Amino acid sequence: MKITKKVILASTEDTKVIRIEVYAPAIAKKAKAGQFVVLMVKGEGERIPLTIVEKDEASGTITLIFQELGFTTRLLGKLERDSFLYALTGPLGHPTDIKKYGGVILIGGGVGIAEIYPVAKALKEAENYVITVIGARTKELLILENELKTVSDELHIATDDGSSGKKGFTTEVLKEILDRGTRDMGYGLIYAVGPIPMMKKVSAISKGFSINTVVSLNALMVDATGMCGCCRVTIENEVKFSCIDGPEFDGHKVDWEELEKRSKIYEKQERHICKLNENTT
Amino acid sequence: MKKQPVKIKEAESSERIKGFREVVLGYSEEEAIEEAKRCLQCKNPTCIAGCPVAIDIKRFILQVAEKDYKEAYFTIRKKNDFPSICGRVCPAEYQCRKTCVFTKKDSPFASEKAINIHFLERFVGDFGVKHDLAIPIETNARLSGTRVAVVGSGPAGLCCAGELARQGLKVVIFEGLHRPGGVLRYGIPSFRLPRDVLDFEINYLERLGVENAPNMIIGKTKSLDELFAEGFSAVFLGLGAGAPSFLGVPGENLCNIYSANEFLTRVNLMGAYRFPEYHTPVNIGKDIIVIGGGNTAMDAARVALRLQNINNIKPNVTVYYRRTEKEMPARRLEIEHAREEGIRFEFLVAPSGFTGKNDGYVDKIRCLRCELGEPDFSGRRRPVPIKGSEFEKTCDLAIIAVGLNANRILTGVTPGLKLDKYGDIIVNPATMETSIKGVYAGGDIVGGEGTVIEAMGMAKKASAAIIEYLSKSR
Repeated sequence: MKITKKVILASTEDTKVIRIEVYAPAIAKKAKAGQFVVLMVKGEGERIPLTIVEKDEASGTITLIFQELGFTTRLLGKLERDSFLYALTGPLGHPTDIKKYGGVILIGGGVGIAEIYPVAKALKEAENYVITVIGARTKELLILENELKTVSDELHIATDDGSSGKKGFTTEVLKEILDRGTRDMGYGLIYAVGPIPMMKKVSAISKGFSINTVVSLNALMVDATGMCGCCRVTIENEVKFSCIDGPEFDGHKVDWEELEKRSKIYEKQERHICKLNENTT
Repeated sequence: MKKQPVKIKEAESSERIKGFREVVLGYSEEEAIEEAKRCLQCKNPTCIAGCPVAIDIKRFILQVAEKDYKEAYFTIRKKNDFPSICGRVCPAEYQCRKTCVFTKKDSPFASEKAINIHFLERFVGDFGVKHDLAIPIETNARLSGTRVAVVGSGPAGLCCAGELARQGLKVVIFEGLHRPGGVLRYGIPSFRLPRDVLDFEINYLERLGVENAPNMIIGKTKSLDELFAEGFSAVFLGLGAGAPSFLGVPGENLCNIYSANEFLTRVNLMGAYRFPEYHTPVNIGKDIIVIGGGNTAMDAARVALRLQNINNIKPNVTVYYRRTEKEMPARRLEIEHAREEGIRFEFLVAPSGFTGKNDGYVDKIRCLRCELGEPDFSGRRRPVPIKGSEFEKTCDLAIIAVGLNANRILTGVTPGLKLDKYGDIIVNPATMETSIKGVYAGGDIVGGEGTVIEAMGMAKKASAAIIEYLSKSR
């Protein structure tokens, strides 16, 4: 659980995106694209899920990328190389169904870009035609551009402020790609990770084109082993636990409104603990 | 002349609801002796048969009466590695005390006159903790160095590990969470089982040479096959029944509707009652409703009430149960304590749905009144909802404690492991061996939701069979 490497991938005035490598040979051996870990920064800490972005069996490490969004991610961001995580467990969740779909479109928003990378890589290795669309608020927050370029046949970029690529949202780029018409091999899969409104919009667009769409949901979790149901989501009127039945689900079947509301259950406490932290540091 | 039972001291309910301090304070030495002296020392004691691990109750009680607490401790430890835990959480009124000669035959639970065996066990266990008593290891030379993997660190796993380690086997306990104890850690609150007692009993295993491997989810981090490949000669599965049941009614996914497992895990394991010092949050409501009638429901209700107190909210917690008080599976003492603390009860009520506000938070619960019909397979009369009896109550936080199912994280990915229709592991009841050679199981994963001591009873049986299996295969 030792942090063997730390790189700041992106930084703006108010946030940072950080990449760490953690020594966890058992997890490195098992991890597959689409899976995640749960970690605790310290004993008093909370358990948070993070996607496994890369793994290196030889060195026994896994790579995690996170954006400093709240209290725990900021605490994690303070850990330097050679420090230890209090707890780390995984790999959790179902791996992505990797096969030859023909054409695939991957959409990553914000730190979701990191989460589509292992999937894009695996899909490329499975001989798919990989189109990747990544987006962020601004240029400084775009990550893994080069890595994604090497595993994609096409890479499209969108930023809210137009500082890189198209000015606008990834969903607009997706719409353009689909309006352009289907490629010869067809689009067998659209895969999206990012903020809930983005995944919801992607699913709405792709539904109009009747394209199989998989989203990786970011429901709140505690144990992440199916023990509590904190991460429950409604998938076509059926209750599922994201941690063991997911985190990937058919985007056309997700009850987005419910997920959106449930993801805000602790917003007040989160603001409170962040504020306290500002006052003490 | 029969003396009255010695009452146990308890913290005042008005005080104890302000925090998580232990409620039952335990016997003093004098009280323990007086209670022990009430034991008739029956020629053919019936109490022992009521204990799932068959502690020599008659003997240890006599030793307490004779002030030989150390020997009393060893008498218990011969059969039970965790007297301080069992003395606190065993539903003795359904077990040893129910078979005490003071309880009339066919009584549904123990008579008040029955010897307070559990309180005496607790007294002796705590004496052991205080004096750091350790049992010598009786190393079985033939098996020394043999490695056994125990999966799950709940009562079954801990017990099995202790039994095997005492014979000199090298045991590693694999636990999915970051701290050991299973339900003793995440489920049972500290006001019933103080954490220092739990830690002492678990640390004791380390002194026996047991290795703890937390954060390891067997089935995910490692497979069963990999454990054998790593040199473990046998495996014990004490996986528990950790998957919560929900009601399956409309509105159940509204915000502030918790499974009891989630609510209790946040508070007990993650320390949410000390937020923001601990970083895991938990929500509190003004009108809290807990659904269910077992120990989990009692724990959840009493934790919720304490959280209201800590947050200066007027305590208001109601338990809804679809049968009557008589059928409640919770320990009688817990029901009494809950009532003293101000928990209200509504019987013969079954939720039919929840409604919420626009922001997604629950604001009302809808229920049906029930009447009791014919007995079901469990022998308890089945609740039958009465048509047209629907009513609505204000509720801004609900906790669902209607039972648990087998968690399939390991069983679902282990070919060859035979399961029943509930997802429980099928074992040979004589040896607890599963359909896979060298793999044994015990506790809730083979028997649904049972008690701590029943889980330990199965684990003991399994450990004996593991020793025999390993001795033969040497």
